[in-house]
Amino acid sequence: MAEFETVVVETDLLIVGGGMAACGAAVEAAHWAMQNGLKVTLVDKAAVDRSGAVAMGLSAINQYVGLKDGANTIKDYVDYVRNDLMGITREDLVANIARHVDSTVHLFEKWGLPIWKDEKGAYVHEGRWQLMINGESYKVVVAEAAKNALLGTGVGQIFERVFIVGPLMDGERCAGAVGFSVREKKFYVFKSKATLVAMGGAVHVFKPRSSGEGMGRAWYPPWNSGSSAYFTLKAGAEMTCQEVRFIPVRFKDAYGPVGAWFLLFKSRATNAAGGNYMIDRKPELEKWGPYGRVKPVPANLRNYLGMLDVMEGKGPISMRTEEAIQQIAETYKGDEKAYKKKMKELESEAWEDFLDMTISQALLWASTNLQPEERSSEIAAAEPYFIGSHSGASGAWISGPEDLQTDETKGQYFWGYAHMSTVKGLFCAGDASGASSHKFSSGSHAEGRIAAKAAIKFIVENNQMPVLEPAALEALKAEILKPLATYEQFQKATTDPEINPNYIKPRMFMFRLQKIMDEYAGGITAQFTTNEALLKKALDLLAYLKEDSAKLAAADLHELMRCWENTHRMWQAEAHVRTVLFREETRWPGYYFRADKPQIDEEKWHVFANCRYDPKSDTWETMARPILHVFSPQPKGPALVGA
Amino acid sequence: MPSYVNPDKCDGCKALDKTACQYICPNDLMVLDKEKMKAYNRDVSMCWECYNCVKICPTQAVEVRSYADFVPLGASATPMRSTDTILWTVKFRNGTIKRFKFPIRTTPEGKAVPDGGFETKGNLDSPLLFTEPASIGMDDVFRLKN
Repeated sequence: MAEFETVVVETDLLIVGGGMAACGAAVEAAHWAMQNGLKVTLVDKAAVDRSGAVAMGLSAINQYVGLKDGANTIKDYVDYVRNDLMGITREDLVANIARHVDSTVHLFEKWGLPIWKDEKGAYVHEGRWQLMINGESYKVVVAEAAKNALLGTGVGQIFERVFIVGPLMDGERCAGAVGFSVREKKFYVFKSKATLVAMGGAVHVFKPRSSGEGMGRAWYPPWNSGSSAYFTLKAGAEMTCQEVRFIPVRFKDAYGPVGAWFLLFKSRATNAAGGNYMIDRKPELEKWGPYGRVKPVPANLRNYLGMLDVMEGKGPISMRTEEAIQQIAETYKGDEKAYKKKMKELESEAWEDFLDMTISQALLWASTNLQPEERSSEIAAAEPYFIGSHSGASGAWISGPEDLQTDETKGQYFWGYAHMSTVKGLFCAGDASGASSHKFSSGSHAEGRIAAKAAIKFIVENNQMPVLEPAALEALKAEILKPLATYEQFQKATTDPEINPNYIKPRMFMFRLQKIMDEYAGGITAQFTTNEALLKKALDLLAYLKEDSAKLAAADLHELMRCWENTHRMWQAEAHVRTVLFREETRWPGYYFRADKPQIDEEKWHVFANCRYDPKSDTWETMARPILHVFSPQPKGPALVGA
Repeated sequence: MPSYVNPDKCDGCKALDKTACQYICPNDLMVLDKEKMKAYNRDVSMCWECYNCVKICPTQAVEVRSYADFVPLGASATPMRSTDTILWTVKFRNGTIKRFKFPIRTTPEGKAVPDGGFETKGNLDSPLLFTEPASIGMDDVFRLKN
């Protein structure tokens, strides 16, 4: 690949990713870098204006604590997250994000994001923690502040359309990242004193429900391909909650959001017979210990109750939109004018919810002549995703802040710099960091800010540019560009470049991964169920896949990116399977069900299940880490059934 | 097809170094056929229907035909995005038309000031972020007692 120019960029802080967390990091880093005479570089595989999970827009901000109005406390938020994740959460991390998230939301508003206000000027809440927004340009506005912070001051630079493959290491310290341009023949080496990873979670690790054109209509965007997980794993960082995938229940097929319907419009979901699984199956909750008794019912348990209906043949499950709208409008009956106005308002709100963030759902309604005030709409559990920022928890195991530790937690959860992984100089935020769920868009931005400030402090205190071996860089370049070389070498061996015994194209590679994960690791066709034997089979098949990843072939730069994205997915898959195997219980039945260990085992498994890949020995280890409280847990439920 | 390009309207962004749709697509799907000088979506099964190519196209040449594997034909959603609002026209399969207008931002384009006008102070050792505590709206950030 001699025709590929090698571009070396030296910087103090390197931010990889361009989504909410990365933009938060950019804004915060720019300030502290300026004060300390440092440089910041942000690298995005797309265009920052519309990259990441908020690329389309959003109709709500899901994390706002409301501290200044005394609406909630930090402890309230920690209780909420701990309960939703069935007790598995890092309270220091959740509290750290929660204490800064309001600040970030207030900045969004100043930057120009329209947040709904009531007649008294207060934010309109969708639910306790959620704010309604006119969010079509949410990402544009947030990106603009990040760009102004980096470029307006001269403190930073931004590379767009550069795909980061993996980490650069200088011994035990992260020394930057390597990748390539998806537009021109350039191999990029970013040398940095600290690196902040914020490349999102992972989609298409599991087989999606739609496998034709609609494959792209994942709930979480298809461009989030496990790059954060790969980066941190390959750097040798300890990972946490790799088993805690997320399965959202959304409007079926187009995956339109249900939050506004459940929370704002107070809609019910009912089965074919009109039964409400949240009521009919309430006794089932008792099996899941203290977490089955909390309010709101944890997301995975709500999923599970609905899944039980579907598995018993009681589907379809319908969101009763017509009933909810009628109930709201009812209060205006008698006043014809006010009633009409309210109906019009509700109609607009309902459609904006989709048009802001899932336009496909608006199209699905329009194409089936569905008006929500007239007819209900089907909801279903989607395929599994890796998204530590939502109700999943997968990500790197990172240090908490020093000042939110107790004497007991400090030895376990703190090692020098807030939101730094177990690898020196490697910081994580958003979907890249684990065990700190429910940060969503706003909390991810806040976490990016927290991690960036800590990274700048790290640089000031460890101010040496890492040393890199030229030979090692050449080897990385050859490895990263290999799919192009493979294609060039073998493409003439057959009459159709898609089928060739010497190589595998990234698309078929992805399908192979998805089939393994779907059938053996509890995907949709397996009804989200797996067991030890199935998981071991998955590992066997993943080993062949990993060997064959050396034979990936790419006809062009776009396909080269697809090759590496799918390699990233494969590593996320392996970390997941190993950790599901390690945790010998079923704790999140609506996310996955270990049929051989069908119960929650609070005595043995009320711990974090962590894993680590050792790049030197090419081996994996799994380990349990203790769950320690910073806040006393509420509610203190009676002992578990069966425990 | 997800997003597709109307050849009568697409002018290849007049041979600029890249087309607008190519610039913005988060999944690197939109490309310019340099012989025809027309853009196209190279992998419709990886399209999220995020509409960013539709919204950015200077000639309104990009539209969306919903995922054919689960969506009946005949509907459309057409945005017109200005600097502060977006106007949507939603056409149903049965011909019903609905129109919605939503605000998209409250500040002039390009004018997002990083510190939002909040006072910046603090130092690297404090848990306060650069706009805090002012941007929290309180005197200090939450800290653990004792």
